[in-house]
Amino acid sequence: MAKILIPTPLRQFVNQQDAVEVSGANVETLLGALTTQYPDLRKNLFNDEGKLRSFVNVYLNDEDIRYLNKGQTEVKDSDTLSIVPSIAGGR
Amino acid sequence: MSLSNEEIARYSRHLIMPEVGMEGQLKLKSARVLCIGTGGLGAPIGLYLTAAGVGTIGLVDFDIVDASNLQRQVIHGTKDIGRKKLDSAADTMKDINPHVNVVKHEVALSSENAMAIVKDYDIVVDGTDNFPTRYLVNDACVLLGKPNVYGSIFRFEGQASVFATADGPCYRCLYPEPPPPGLVPSCAEGGVLGILPGLIGVVQATEVVKLILGKGDTLAGRLMLYDALNMKFREMRLRKSPDCPICGPNRTITELIDYHQFCGVPRQPEPVAAANDLEIDVVEVKRLIDSAHRFVLIDVREPHEYQICNIPAARLIPLGTLPKHVGDLDAGAEYVIHCKSGMRSAKACDLLRQSGFQRVRNMKGGILAWADKVDPRVPKY
Repeated sequence: MAKILIPTPLRQFVNQQDAVEVSGANVETLLGALTTQYPDLRKNLFNDEGKLRSFVNVYLNDEDIRYLNKGQTEVKDSDTLSIVPSIAGGR
Repeated sequence: MSLSNEEIARYSRHLIMPEVGMEGQLKLKSARVLCIGTGGLGAPIGLYLTAAGVGTIGLVDFDIVDASNLQRQVIHGTKDIGRKKLDSAADTMKDINPHVNVVKHEVALSSENAMAIVKDYDIVVDGTDNFPTRYLVNDACVLLGKPNVYGSIFRFEGQASVFATADGPCYRCLYPEPPPPGLVPSCAEGGVLGILPGLIGVVQATEVVKLILGKGDTLAGRLMLYDALNMKFREMRLRKSPDCPICGPNRTITELIDYHQFCGVPRQPEPVAAANDLEIDVVEVKRLIDSAHRFVLIDVREPHEYQICNIPAARLIPLGTLPKHVGDLDAGAEYVIHCKSGMRSAKACDLLRQSGFQRVRNMKGGILAWADKVDPRVPKY
């Protein structure tokens, strides 16, 4: 089971948890398992074509999956996946 | 340029540090830093850069100090409510350090004025609160070659980085596009822990001082993430994107664009006129309640907001749970929806209309308008 860290704006879709553990061999299957378990999360992570939205970054440990193997990036049980959406607050 | 005896006494703790010293303090004095926004992030940034002796600090803001600002915008005080934030911030800064030259830019930063304002500064600090201005600040900094010290906050969570240094990534490398409007709540909707911008703003101020001194390792190429609730700092690697439309090798953006259009938000608030069947005034809602007119009043705020104040006739269904309740509601009935100020209830109205509800109206101005025009005993928050 790899750990997926859920950011504050998305916690409302996962019963306010800050981390969820799911099984899967790569990023795509892990996020698939996560959004199957919590369907309300899907539209916040993926666009209509099923692609990761461009204001949501996913990191395997501290590396952006865009610079690894994207959705096919392998994930070990000891790894942590972070979802980091853009936030704009400042006032 | 040199320091007066009074300045030497003031900056003594800097001057005795080898990393700053007289050379560094003079660098600070000759530096010109532009601070966009004097709100939650801008407040600590302005205070600390002033105290540190940054010679010229430009402030961009056009807002007025409101009571709800004071929980976090520590550069303003109770006596400043109703004043221009620029005047209030400048007075506080002048009081802390009269040697600092504060330049006030009373404008909303736009594609038309950004280049002219930014070009006169060495470093820009982004303390804005919306996506269009963040992309605007980024693009202006990239085009002019000015480092952009970035910070952003939401509830208990903050991000910070340094963009647009000579070889470093920019905001578009991190996030090529903004979220569509409505998907990510703003601080006004989502709330923010008052102390959070203090911490993130101080991180930004630290990075500004390091950039000026040319010391240490800045956050360029790193995204710092801070979770106040769990008191955790994390750091992600941030790369210059080969596909970046403004700082990549095949750039397509060579001048400022229309950022409101880019972010899908209308430049002006939606016109309210001719919206009689979509909106309803609070006074009219009160009249409907008093005349025992048959309609359903729904409050789509959160339970903790309902605890602060509520309209007794209203049924609480928080916006996030509304989709689950649509099936239980009678699509043929008449509805009035309210929230705090009318934003979330507008989304709720859209959702109900899309689900086939015909008679749905948004209570204009929310419970804040109710407090103003119907029941002054209702507290405003």
